[in-house]
Amino acid sequence: MMGTIFGIPPQALFGQLLLGLINGSFYALLSLGLAVIFGMLNVINFAHGALYMMGAFVAWLMLTQLGIGYWLALPLAPVVVGLFGVLLERTLLSRLYKLDHLYGLLLTFGLALIVEGAFRHQYGVSGQPYPIPDALKGGQNLGFMFLPNYRGWVVVASLVVCISTWIAIEKTKLGAYLRAATENPVLVQAFGINVPRMITLTYAFGVALAGLAGVLAAPIYQVSPLMGSNLIIVVFAVVVIGGMGSILGAVLTGYGLGLLEGLTKVFYPEASNIVVFVIMAVVLMIKPAGLFGRER
Amino acid sequence: MGIHSQSSGRASAQAAQAPAGGPTLARVGALAVLAALLAMPFLLYPVFLMKVLCFALFACAFNLLIGFGGLLSFGHAAFFGSAAYVTAHTVKVWGFSPELGILMGTAASAFLGILFGSIAIRRQGIYFAMITLALSQMVFFLALQLPFTHGEDGIQAVPRGVLFGVFDLNNPLAMYYTVLGVFLIGFAIIWRTVHSPFGQVLKAIRENEPRAISLGYRTERYKLMAFVLSATLAGLAGGTKAIVFQLATLTDVTWQMSGEVVLMTLLGGMGTLTGPVIGAALVVTLENYLAATSLPVPVVIGCIFVACVLVFRRGIAGEIQARFGKQSRSG
Repeated sequence: MMGTIFGIPPQALFGQLLLGLINGSFYALLSLGLAVIFGMLNVINFAHGALYMMGAFVAWLMLTQLGIGYWLALPLAPVVVGLFGVLLERTLLSRLYKLDHLYGLLLTFGLALIVEGAFRHQYGVSGQPYPIPDALKGGQNLGFMFLPNYRGWVVVASLVVCISTWIAIEKTKLGAYLRAATENPVLVQAFGINVPRMITLTYAFGVALAGLAGVLAAPIYQVSPLMGSNLIIVVFAVVVIGGMGSILGAVLTGYGLGLLEGLTKVFYPEASNIVVFVIMAVVLMIKPAGLFGRER
Repeated sequence: MGIHSQSSGRASAQAAQAPAGGPTLARVGALAVLAALLAMPFLLYPVFLMKVLCFALFACAFNLLIGFGGLLSFGHAAFFGSAAYVTAHTVKVWGFSPELGILMGTAASAFLGILFGSIAIRRQGIYFAMITLALSQMVFFLALQLPFTHGEDGIQAVPRGVLFGVFDLNNPLAMYYTVLGVFLIGFAIIWRTVHSPFGQVLKAIRENEPRAISLGYRTERYKLMAFVLSATLAGLAGGTKAIVFQLATLTDVTWQMSGEVVLMTLLGGMGTLTGPVIGAALVVTLENYLAATSLPVPVVIGCIFVACVLVFRRGIAGEIQARFGKQSRSG
């Protein structure tokens, strides 16, 4: 085996690529949720980062207050976040569908401030540690690098969720209804399908994905009220780069940009924070609709 | 373009109102406001007033884009904050006079406006908002990492200096009247822009861009000009703020700051000239008040946001104009 790759020790290179892949998993899960919601509601959910944070906090509260462990929190916390989403959609968002889409963005921005501010008020800004579940402690020596089990699990879990969501939307009957309602809600309603309920469930599903990402993230990053706010802006850039047109596009762009960010950390660490934004600017110059998008 | 449908009616009501109410009434009103602004520092704390004026100019600049151009920028803190940094740096490190420092900050924002504007106007609506937000986040990270901005500390203890070599700005009154002058210049530029043929074309683009294109307007160019003008004036506000508070920090370039200026404009009334000023005064007052209590500021701000979007979309000035317009029509 070579001592270095492009002058970088392979351990460092693969380590950063793995970190990039982990970040990419979260970008993919979050931009998938954003794309699903946008497709159905035409709302960019600014509260997505706050709900991701909420997912992590719900898992942490379940563990510390109720003694509910990781494996139960993994399905339960997203359900809690999803139910919160139902409440938001029914009471607030549904009043705005007839107005300009920008009002949806402004409303969810306000919601993000409220949710984040409330958790910050209650729990302060310092992060809370969340232990890695026993079954996923330790790691594998792959020869060229050391892979912590939990990180491997996050990558696999997010891939499974993303692919099954894609299959559910593209290949199943329910997904066909969903796609039809995205194209022409009035006609679909005329066929006897309850479109308003479908919209509510879509929003709930989208934010539940954010909640799930939060639970997955809890043992890796510390559980902190601020964990979602900077992430959501990067995810917005990911969404702009990928274009909102396709589910698969959102997922692929998420993973791809995570990896690119990891590579940047190896070769030019100073730029790693801004590389996604620079790529966004370049993509907008060349293909304003985004890599997988279509003008609408 | 539902977000502005109400304001077009308002604009025509405003135009119809001027001859009916008489230009003298408007002139007397303007003079009364000017007299009040001149007398203000003897009644209220000057630093508070200067903060209001800086943010009022910032909000007016932002409103030029959303209220008259229909473009929601979620990244205006980038212009406000970079101008603050450039002004603070040139005045403190290079020893520039305050007027030259503010000019440098404003020029930097104008340059950034050209750069960001030419990227962002390629998309509309929600995408435009997300792109401006992402670009401003890039500025945030640059401000965090570049050597001259001093990371978390920011640029502190910026000397206020002597304006035009005559007026010592360490005197609070001299500083206040300088800020008032800057605000009035900025406001006059916006007033002139909105009431110019250029402003009318902007409104046309906002209402129906394809039709404006079919009428032969190069809408991209108009939108870019509006964007750059808005960024420049936001920079003027930011540079002035850096001199007043002798400080340029990361707070000025955060997305929360971008959100705050959106709220000021929304609360005061998008697409009205006076709305952003009212909104800025209210939000700054509210934040001063909240700072003394234990209430979490973001939660309160978020609640106002939600309430404005749900039930108060015209904002204060818009609501007043709508009532006033109705009265004059019926009477």
